[in-house]
Amino acid sequence: MSVTVYIPGDAGALSVGAESVAALIATETARRGIDVNLVRNGSRGLYWLEPLVEVATAAGRIAYGPVRPEDVGSLFDADFLNGGKHSLALGPTEEIPYLKSQQRLTFARVGIVDPRSLDDYRAHGGYRGLDAALVMDAAAIVQQVTDSGLRGRGGAAFPTGIKWKTCLDAPAEQKYIVCNADEGDSGTYADRMVMEGDPFVLIEGMTIAGLAVGATHGYIYLRVEYPHAQRALEAAIASAEAAGYLGGDVRGSGKAFRLEVRMAAGAYICGEETSLLESLEGKRGQVRFKPPLPAIEGLFGQPTVINNVVTLASVPIILDRGAAFYRDYGMGRSRGTLPIQLAGNLKRPALVERAFGLTLRELIDDYGGGTASGRPVRAAQVGGPLGAYLPASQFDTPIDYEAFIAIGGMLGHGGVVVFDDSVDMAAQARYAMEFCAIESCGKCTPCRIGSTRGVEVIDRIVAGDRSERERSEVLLRDLCQTMLDGSLCALGGMAPFPVLSALNHFPEDFSGVTEKAAT
Amino acid sequence: MKGAINITLLPDLPDEVRTAVLEVTTRLRQLPGALLPVLHGVQQALGYIPPDAVPLIARELNLSRADVHGVISFYHYFRSKPPGRHVIHLCRAESCQAMGGATLERHVKQRLDIDFHQTTADGAYTLEPVYCLGNCACSPAMLVDDELVGRLTPARFDAWLAAEKT
Repeated sequence: MSVTVYIPGDAGALSVGAESVAALIATETARRGIDVNLVRNGSRGLYWLEPLVEVATAAGRIAYGPVRPEDVGSLFDADFLNGGKHSLALGPTEEIPYLKSQQRLTFARVGIVDPRSLDDYRAHGGYRGLDAALVMDAAAIVQQVTDSGLRGRGGAAFPTGIKWKTCLDAPAEQKYIVCNADEGDSGTYADRMVMEGDPFVLIEGMTIAGLAVGATHGYIYLRVEYPHAQRALEAAIASAEAAGYLGGDVRGSGKAFRLEVRMAAGAYICGEETSLLESLEGKRGQVRFKPPLPAIEGLFGQPTVINNVVTLASVPIILDRGAAFYRDYGMGRSRGTLPIQLAGNLKRPALVERAFGLTLRELIDDYGGGTASGRPVRAAQVGGPLGAYLPASQFDTPIDYEAFIAIGGMLGHGGVVVFDDSVDMAAQARYAMEFCAIESCGKCTPCRIGSTRGVEVIDRIVAGDRSERERSEVLLRDLCQTMLDGSLCALGGMAPFPVLSALNHFPEDFSGVTEKAAT
Repeated sequence: MKGAINITLLPDLPDEVRTAVLEVTTRLRQLPGALLPVLHGVQQALGYIPPDAVPLIARELNLSRADVHGVISFYHYFRSKPPGRHVIHLCRAESCQAMGGATLERHVKQRLDIDFHQTTADGAYTLEPVYCLGNCACSPAMLVDDELVGRLTPARFDAWLAAEKT
């Protein structure tokens, strides 16, 4: 009888040795004459347990982890293929509290299915959203998405249904669906996990978007740093085409939808929607003025829906289960669930998909388990490199778009990077400006020049005496205000968030070198 | 006759460069917004985009040389010089910083005896900074060619390097 063993093929799991573990298990089962079906699933997202090996038993999937290559021999000795006891045994995967307490809607299949198998996708509820959409008219699909309360998960949190409605109402011969898979924010990896672990859900979401607005061609603009995701997506697109889910006649509906992956080239700014469109058109990724909105005049001048991976991957379940099902999760104007990515200095960094409303403290302490270094948590940066640095006194803020705006931060793409008390916040503020200078597209002056001046002013603050520091701090705040008010897009317009939050919450780190030496 | 004149204006290219560029442009020129896919194709074939090939790429795509040069210089990923046999992209972003990324960065530079954007004397490694590899739950991270490495420390980097050399 064949035994099924799951070893993630997810890039994160591979980065900590999943490939060697898989090879050793394959060799050992062959040597022992055991018939094994090795599935390279996505990651469950519990990264501190990666490589996480699962075995399908009569009692469900049993997990072991983190499995190092040198543990493989003892796993066989412990008869792990029958769920045997071992020091790395974690019991039934679904019963791991970290996983069990989550509300996985968008990530329902990630880590469970074989990402290369369309049959497996369908067996786990895949393509039911498309089936529902195929018997609805375009306006009804858009209405479902609007009613669900889904907002853009890339960071801007714009209501998805309104964007789609604008595109639907724009008359044109050719419209496009563009997936923003240029996941550049540090501390975020949800897009990557979906693309590697459940690529069909993104394809299904984009196909539904195409039906909803009348677009027949889609592009996935994928960052070049994600070669594993590229392979997963291209394989999945080929399978979907072969099975008639993509192409000139989607499931016999007479409607066409084609999809291709386009590789980015390492420019952070191309995660901004208009520079992404420029890049897709084969140009320098410079930001466009808005209006016109991309929904009216987007790619190649045509009406274009541009959404993040997680946004599009959340659409199938909304169409399958209905708008109300999704909307019933969440709080305030933040409806549904958010896949939160815990990163940085944490004992248990992982993906946590929960309804909006839990607090940052619950995430960092209860899920994250405190710092990996064992030192006290000093700050958390939420929302990527343009997000604010929050002190522990603000950790009771709920995960909610409006609540984060109220404290001068943003939820962004849902990344949380935790720092212990060894962090130098002046260095982090300097880095924020340095990063902005490196990645600025150069179109507007506050971002292009302001970021470089910002680095210089912070250097002067740190190096100077008290009067120099006071003078330069006034200058830095003034510079930040100019960038906030005068930048064309979020890069220059939000780079001051980490700088000002560091300055406001951690002023002691900016006291000059001379004073630090004196105390 | 215009085409013939253009050809004479093109700088001399080694045959393998010309062949590689023409293979890519012939295959991809019909794509809408073909320039990025073409540049990726050329870099994949040759390891870099030779500056002398820019006029040929421009002619094949019916673009100006300035357009092509402007795009190559805008994107961090495209390179105009041949890289080492392996390219190490070391993450400098916040999550890796929180896990000792700055110390690791100093160690890697010292160990390879190069700074960012440089290639080791033996031509084995080119070191590039990268701003997030999406492996933030296993920080710090590096990407070597297509292989992602996580939970990196100075000691693990040395072990990795030693294993590569054998």
